[in-house]
Amino acid sequence: MADYKYDILVCGGTGCRATESELLVSNLKAELKTLQLDSEVQVVSTGCFGFCEKGPIVKIMPDNTFYTQVNASDAAEIVSEHIVKGRKVNRLLYLDPVENKNVADSKNMDFYKKQLRVALRNCGFINPENIEESIARDGYSALGTILQSITPEGVIDILKKSGLRGRGGGGFPTGIKWEMARKNNADQKYVVCNADEGDPGAFMDRSILEGDPHSVLEAMAICGYCIGATKGLIYIRAEYPLAIKRLKVAIGQAREYGLLGKNILDFGFDFDVELRYGAGAFVCGEETSLIHSMEGKRGEPTVKPPFPAESGFMNKPTIVNNVETYANIPVIINKGADWFASIGTEKSKGTKVFALAGKINNVGLIEVPMGTTLREVIFEIGGGIKNGKKFKAVQTGGPSGGCLTEKHLDIPIDFDNLIAAGSMMGSGGMIVMDEDDCMVSMAKFFLEFTVEESCGKCAPCRIGNKRLFEILTKITDGKGVKQDLTDLRNLCNVIKDTSLCGLGQTSPNPILSTMENFWHEYVDHIENHKCEAAHCRALMKYEIDEENCIGCTACARACPVAAITGSKKMPHIINQAICIKCGACMEKCKFNAVILK
Amino acid sequence: MAENKEMISLTIDKHQLEVPKGTTVLDAAKLVGIDIPTLCHMKLHNMGIENKPAGCRICVVEVQGRRNLAPSCATEATDGMVIKTNSMRVLNARQTVMELILSDHPADCLTCVKSGDCELQSMAHRLGVREIRYQGEQSCYREDFSPSIIRDMDKCIMCRRCEMMCNEVQTVGALSGVHRGFNAVVSPAFEMDLVNSVCTYCGQCVAVCPTGALTEVNHTNEVIKLLADPTKTVIVQTAPAVRAALGEEFDKEPGTLVTGKMVAALRELGFDYVFDTDFAADLTIMEEGTELLGRLNKYLSGDKEVKMPILTSCCPAWVNFFEKQFPDLLDIPSTARSPQQMFGSIAKTYFADKIGVKREDLIVVSIMPCLAKKYECQRDEFKVDGDPDVNFALSTRELAALIKHANIDFDSLHEEDFDRPLGESSGAGVIFGATGGVIEAAVRTAYELHTGKPLPKLDYTELRGLEGFRQAVIDFDGTPISIGIAHGLGNARKLLECIRENKCVYHAIEIMSCPGGCIGGGGQPLHHGHSEILKARMEAIYREDAGKPIRKSHENPYITKLYEEFLGAPLSKKAHHLLHTNYFDRKIKFEDSKEC
Repeated sequence: MADYKYDILVCGGTGCRATESELLVSNLKAELKTLQLDSEVQVVSTGCFGFCEKGPIVKIMPDNTFYTQVNASDAAEIVSEHIVKGRKVNRLLYLDPVENKNVADSKNMDFYKKQLRVALRNCGFINPENIEESIARDGYSALGTILQSITPEGVIDILKKSGLRGRGGGGFPTGIKWEMARKNNADQKYVVCNADEGDPGAFMDRSILEGDPHSVLEAMAICGYCIGATKGLIYIRAEYPLAIKRLKVAIGQAREYGLLGKNILDFGFDFDVELRYGAGAFVCGEETSLIHSMEGKRGEPTVKPPFPAESGFMNKPTIVNNVETYANIPVIINKGADWFASIGTEKSKGTKVFALAGKINNVGLIEVPMGTTLREVIFEIGGGIKNGKKFKAVQTGGPSGGCLTEKHLDIPIDFDNLIAAGSMMGSGGMIVMDEDDCMVSMAKFFLEFTVEESCGKCAPCRIGNKRLFEILTKITDGKGVKQDLTDLRNLCNVIKDTSLCGLGQTSPNPILSTMENFWHEYVDHIENHKCEAAHCRALMKYEIDEENCIGCTACARACPVAAITGSKKMPHIINQAICIKCGACMEKCKFNAVILK
Repeated sequence: MAENKEMISLTIDKHQLEVPKGTTVLDAAKLVGIDIPTLCHMKLHNMGIENKPAGCRICVVEVQGRRNLAPSCATEATDGMVIKTNSMRVLNARQTVMELILSDHPADCLTCVKSGDCELQSMAHRLGVREIRYQGEQSCYREDFSPSIIRDMDKCIMCRRCEMMCNEVQTVGALSGVHRGFNAVVSPAFEMDLVNSVCTYCGQCVAVCPTGALTEVNHTNEVIKLLADPTKTVIVQTAPAVRAALGEEFDKEPGTLVTGKMVAALRELGFDYVFDTDFAADLTIMEEGTELLGRLNKYLSGDKEVKMPILTSCCPAWVNFFEKQFPDLLDIPSTARSPQQMFGSIAKTYFADKIGVKREDLIVVSIMPCLAKKYECQRDEFKVDGDPDVNFALSTRELAALIKHANIDFDSLHEEDFDRPLGESSGAGVIFGATGGVIEAAVRTAYELHTGKPLPKLDYTELRGLEGFRQAVIDFDGTPISIGIAHGLGNARKLLECIRENKCVYHAIEIMSCPGGCIGGGGQPLHHGHSEILKARMEAIYREDAGKPIRKSHENPYITKLYEEFLGAPLSKKAHHLLHTNYFDRKIKFEDSKEC
């Protein structure tokens, strides 16, 4: 990197590629070539910067200038102004919404100020398709160190001391898991990377694999060394084509450099990694289901014990860790357990990556130290609620988690605090809701997902979730009765209590937590036929305000079911029995005479 | 099992107990008289068959210190465990889960074929479900009819027993879970019909299905109509395993032999002649035994061309299995037809002539412990000008239903004898009903024909038993004859693979598809997971054999007479024509997936 006068880093993550960042890269390259600057300036397609809300992102080094929402057509201006003349392109700089000032250096942006990037350390910095850039930022040095001077037990000790817990949702201490697999003797053991990220709106693992695949490969090799495995498998969903491509490139390069394969770094240690593709079933994120899927069987869970560390893939001891967990490991080895343990809370060490989604200004990917509060994440890093609306709730832990409210905003985020608050960390999805969100509908949304994603093996999850969804639909359709709430609560508890795997054991959480925190909304829907967020259409009525209606007949002509009657220049009336609540009348009315109640 | 095993102690409800490490909570509870209800779980003790996907969640119990309830069938007891099997929490969970299962099940018990014999129905009753609070959409699948088995998956509760039998025990691989969530169901691949799948119609899926999801094709109405038709002469043959199990349908102890009452009941039903498939079993021994000796003699005299070992071919599901999965080995099994088909063929020629009835007016019904027999009798090879040698094969269960419909009080029937000539049989014919029986019957005849000397003994106990694969060497007066026996198609597969690789050195092998042989057939009264029932049936079969005056097939005088009057000699041209068959390559071929 030092050979060039400038490095232009362009986000090549899935999000920014969707807004033509690839074309931007080629435009930049063409522009530089025309001006014969291509030997002085390098254009790098990197992994995700996290600030997806304002993509495509371009960062220019060494001056650390951060451009947002860069179009492919902006390439010429960036080159002629910034590169040639040394002047920043002000219109592409990030505009701080509070101060209403341009911010040139990302370090000064609220979005990045409170972040601490450990797992994401290389995302947005390196070209993920060039192993040398990874090596330049300490890639594979941890592997070298341990092969040279640390015993497997020593590495496991470091992990145990670091306090690293699994980032996939369970939060199981990684060192203890590895120790179990190490102690189980077998002719073959396996190291599996769970890249079957399935929470709606979550893309932590995808971004790491797209932006820094080598950190995961290195950590898998470290795991292989520790537990005595020579084979690694990455179970990745086929819907992640870019991550798959970059992993393939990375595996190929690592083999070429002797960092995977036989006799790694001449230490006599063999380890290689293969990819296994998942078909996008959420349940395959559960480790026993994942293993069955890799074995070519139906992706459904089996009872634990035996744990995979005892009997996993092909009935051999197997470690299944999540992408983010692996991405932390090389840094822990390099910087030491104490460094890692100094970050975070008492029982949750290090950082956590979250995907911010929903009604939040800065949609994107962030990494913060454990113990950061929800308020800091949502209002400082996330930039608060979109369109100046009021914060209502945040769903953490995806469909398995619960929703937290205003009163939970100052809780320091960690595994145990979130569980105590009635939600969970999960893999790091965070969906923010504002005053326009109906919490019954929100619970229904998540249940719709779990109904779709249940494998169908155990009765409570297969049938129970469907019944939960049906009861919620009844309520949002305005057909709920009071008994439904009793039945709903009982069914939620039984499903949690009796389901076979984590999917069913957590699927009622969105209902239970919304019932806990927004009980009045459920009651309102049932007893008053009212949805306070004005979200449930079946509970709403379109009416015409006589005062404002001038009798132009536009609404009546727009109505697809002829529910509106009235003479010209006279106030019109909507026949509620016929109205299908499509809203066409409201859209057509120029006099604000159609109102939604 | 308990030898040298570490013992652990635990508390279940009010009982403290010690069990060997590795015992499940379910089994531990049984030791202190606590019968935790189970639905998907099924274990055939001592046969290595167990289904415990822990999917129904009916057997959940409370374990102190554990966050959620544990499925007792799949949870190992650990030292110091404190378990509650009947707390409010458990009872409510169990009942709620049961309500859920029932909410996705057609409530047509009154007309369901399994009513009264349905495990779901009795479990709902046992758990005291009086209302279903959780109502909603119900699953709806296309019904699938095959010649033997009907799949009505609306009634499937995803216990996966059928899948376990089909894949793990039988290794047929016709059934597996498809789709997910609420739409999950057990089905052949790509939801194809059973007829197009690798299904062998062994019926083991039907034998273990707790509900009415998998049932046999019912032919009782056709038979009732024919019995009422004055222009038809309707004769019946009964397979050996039927007499050892039919009594169970009339509340008799498992293993009660009801041969005489069964014959009487069939006469009451209006069958014109009541014959015995055992007669045809004796005939099978004559043909198959002669074929075996022929191949054996050639082999012993150094003929390299001759195919060894010879495999039995009485079992139609087994025939389907090798036709569909081992078409390269079609020349190894004996060409002898099964006893059911030999009977049909002789009945519609020799016997029809004898009584002067035209073929088209003679109806042959068979009573079989088997569902594959329904398919077998429809095979084209066993038809003459479209008329099947055996018109209908009824299962043991269907016969019981017929008897009940006809107002026959089974208990008060007097024992009666089979008709002649096709009703006389030797003990060798009877033991066809249990695993190892066919080969033992063959030994009794082949020994005497091969050595020219009388048998040194009649009971070859080394060939008997319930172990999935057995082998023995029988001394044919100085010539050691090596015999293999497999029951359950999974064991058969291992044998076939071993033969294919030339690693097996047997002269003769008996294969039966169903665990236990025909006594455990898919058409038998349901065992509901009690393997001691199979054992009792097996003992009954050997008891019947021991009580027979004639115990060797070649000594059956009516068999001798049949050869004298009609067939000539075993393997004669006529015998070949009427009593032997060909096998076909029926491997399932999938078209290459087309581009969408």
